[in-house]
Amino acid sequence: MTPQEVAETALAAAAGTELVVVVDELSSAYLRWIGDEVTSAADTDDRQLTVIALGGGTPGVAAARGALDPAGIRALIAAARRARRPGSAATPPPVTAVDPEWGRPPVPPAAVPARPRSHDHFLFGYAQQCARTTYVASSAGLRRRYGESTALLDQTLRSAGGAVTWTGWCGTDLAEAGYQPPGDRMEAARTRIALPPAAYEVLLSPSCVADLMLRLYAAADARDAAEGRTVFALPGGGTRLGERVSPAELTLYSDPAEPGLSCAPFVVARGTGTSSVYDNGLPLTRTNWITDGVLTALVRDRGTAGATGEPATPEIGNLVLTGPAGGSSLAEMVGRTRYALLVTALWYVRDVDRRTLRLTGLTRDGVYLVEDGRIRCAVNDFRFTASPVDVLGQVREVGRTEPALPREYGEHAIRTAMPALRVADFVLSAVGDAR
Amino acid sequence: MPSVDPAFLALPLATVADAVLSRARVLGARYACCRVQRTRTARLELVDGTVRGTGDSTATRLGVRLAYRGGWGFAAVPELTGPAAVAAVDRAAAVAEACAGVGPPELADEPVHQDATWVSAYRVNPFEVPEAERVAVLADWSTRLGRAPCVRSVLAYYTAVQENTFYADLAGTVATQQRVRVHPVLFAFGEDARTGATAVLRTLGPPTARGWEYLGGDGWDWDAELAALPGELAGKLRAEPVEPGTYDLVLDPSHLWLTLHETVGHATEADRALGHELSYAGGTFVAPDSVGSLRFGSPLMHVTADRTATHGLATVGYDDEGVAAGSWDLVRDGVLVGLQHDRRTAARTGVSRSTGCAYAESAGHVPLPRMPNVALRPVPGGPDTGALIAGVDDGIYLVGSDSFSIDIRRHAFQFTAQRCYRIRHGRLAGQLAGVAYLGETTAFWAALTGVGGPGSYREFGADQCGKGQPVQLSAASHGAAVTRFDRIRVVNTGAGPP
Repeated sequence: MTPQEVAETALAAAAGTELVVVVDELSSAYLRWIGDEVTSAADTDDRQLTVIALGGGTPGVAAARGALDPAGIRALIAAARRARRPGSAATPPPVTAVDPEWGRPPVPPAAVPARPRSHDHFLFGYAQQCARTTYVASSAGLRRRYGESTALLDQTLRSAGGAVTWTGWCGTDLAEAGYQPPGDRMEAARTRIALPPAAYEVLLSPSCVADLMLRLYAAADARDAAEGRTVFALPGGGTRLGERVSPAELTLYSDPAEPGLSCAPFVVARGTGTSSVYDNGLPLTRTNWITDGVLTALVRDRGTAGATGEPATPEIGNLVLTGPAGGSSLAEMVGRTRYALLVTALWYVRDVDRRTLRLTGLTRDGVYLVEDGRIRCAVNDFRFTASPVDVLGQVREVGRTEPALPREYGEHAIRTAMPALRVADFVLSAVGDAR
Repeated sequence: MPSVDPAFLALPLATVADAVLSRARVLGARYACCRVQRTRTARLELVDGTVRGTGDSTATRLGVRLAYRGGWGFAAVPELTGPAAVAAVDRAAAVAEACAGVGPPELADEPVHQDATWVSAYRVNPFEVPEAERVAVLADWSTRLGRAPCVRSVLAYYTAVQENTFYADLAGTVATQQRVRVHPVLFAFGEDARTGATAVLRTLGPPTARGWEYLGGDGWDWDAELAALPGELAGKLRAEPVEPGTYDLVLDPSHLWLTLHETVGHATEADRALGHELSYAGGTFVAPDSVGSLRFGSPLMHVTADRTATHGLATVGYDDEGVAAGSWDLVRDGVLVGLQHDRRTAARTGVSRSTGCAYAESAGHVPLPRMPNVALRPVPGGPDTGALIAGVDDGIYLVGSDSFSIDIRRHAFQFTAQRCYRIRHGRLAGQLAGVAYLGETTAFWAALTGVGGPGSYREFGADQCGKGQPVQLSAASHGAAVTRFDRIRVVNTGAGPP
């Protein structure tokens, strides 16, 4: 069956139940290597059908990955019906848009990448090319399709002398991943010195900023804030909307039409995460979460929005941080630095205090001392403990925004574009020895 | 005794296996396996006793792995048919050819296990419990917690997993298995109306390879924990900020399990020691040739690994390379004596047989060495928790795992706990806020000066441990006795009241 036939078969079998179905066609090809050895490589396909039974209370959700036949689809509908919880809460009107793209086939499968090579240094890493096509349909008439290809390249260079540096790239096609060895860092890293824990001015690479901003985005649910569980809650009730969170003119936004970073232009909710299944198919447009340093929106579905009179601002599948026009490249920022630490990547970032979003983590694969406008040498790794919101409050310069691969990316990572940030008084609380 | 789900056995397992292995023979593969895995996952989420989300998902796929023409290849497809299986073999072979390395693929030998069947130890399959009954239990627990004046909000989550695997390889091993695990967990968000202080406490009942009977008290006293939690939360809301410094620590098994997981469990994975995990989850300070010579910690330290513990999350009959489950020592008398291997790392390091640690999250993932159950053994005749605390003049008693962070060599770390109690002159003296302890793995374990007796031994574990690219999740249990560590550096993270 084609994905459209799977969706229509499910809706035809709904027998009076108000249904939303999401069909995902997936392919993934990847290669992992260390030096000359490929440690893992694969070529995989998958299909997933998610059935959501609506109707008043808590929707019932059932999903199946793998081959699907009509009997399996009917069993899934029955499971979704059984999981539905009764209730009388008002629900938003169904979205009924019909996409002209609906009839198109899935995005072609991904091909296994070739192993990148370095003639100068020991190179290890991971390359991945994926395709996902999503079809969303409902018994109310919704028919929407979105297809995308995503790619990432994660590489670490190690010299014979032990100098290490990491680069990450993300985009839509690995063929476009032009690899540029960070020669200045490898040269500087031939010398390594030890520095003590202290508050430093730091230059955070776009990757580091991506890791921090994704944590902030994940904590930006409006209902959790209103109920006092997150950093965006006000003591005693309410949220911090309208509050200045950074002295810098920083804008954090999501936009399905972002060039090079496009994502589904409508809500796709499979019953997990912060998006409401009642919003499936709802058109998405640019949302500014932070505008010129002021918190301007939290992630809010239509149900929550209706209850509070606020506009609906559902989660969107990308995240972009920008500063004032004309931001500098990281190299230019280094050139204007008198004394700071350049941090390439963060690692093992974990909650210390879930309610305040205080995090701890480590640096990895390259911390450098920048002095008098140039990268002088590598230094030891550090631990930090900070909230991303506090980091925004300490920003002193915003670089040029570029696509960024967070070091802690996962299978369902949201694609990001981030600038490097100059952050004052960034407390590096302990020395790590992750060399 | 539970038996393998007939719905899984009704899948065309033999047809697919025949197609895969016949095609692999024709191609001349050195090794080939067919793995069909079906994983069913149920989730529930309640906010203040009201259902906010439910989920019931089933994932079924066929994975084919080959050693062919000097390389390893893997392919996975959703269809369980002969033609799809043959196509998957050809795709895996193409990957293997493209990835051929400098030498032939190596794999440690393993006896053939013909027509093996294994089912984990549980009494009531959680998927046979009506949804309404599952919700009722979680709602009741939430309500009980929510009645306490200091509790502002309660989040409850419940996860149940049934994993079925069918493995067949060219050598003749055929293994069919079923595992079940459950994990209910509640978070109580507290607020002191007078001071405005806020704090969160999580239940400590761990994920476990048991069935629905676990929620009825088999393996964990939920009634006792739910009754005690509001009082502990009230104490946490009044906690005094910790003064940074050096303290003697008494670590409850509910806390130590995660430190053990991060510092010993991950550090002794052979693929990390070989550098295969460097690009993501990281390496380890342990080298393959450290076995038998590296002093890992105090002579009190006896750490075992197994895939056989009755209710262990990593327990199986056979791993995802057809290796029979076993148990072995990782650290004995404080010295590193073993690593965790799959068949590839065993062959690479000259070990004659894999320890059976190959695992893939699904049939769509390439198996890699994953952590077995890892446990710190109690000392016969060792003290109980009270006796260890009584021996500390100036220290902290930590209960329950919380934040964890460790470097890519598994050496420099920081951990926090659900509850931290000041110990003064051998007695508990109220809770502390912001406690995090830092250390370096071998120095930390060298500071181990007390290990409790069998009466203090309890099992906890992780069901969301990530590793590999693409990231795969796995689950492992960790038993531990109560322990004492001397002169450990403690910092104040600034978390929690006031």
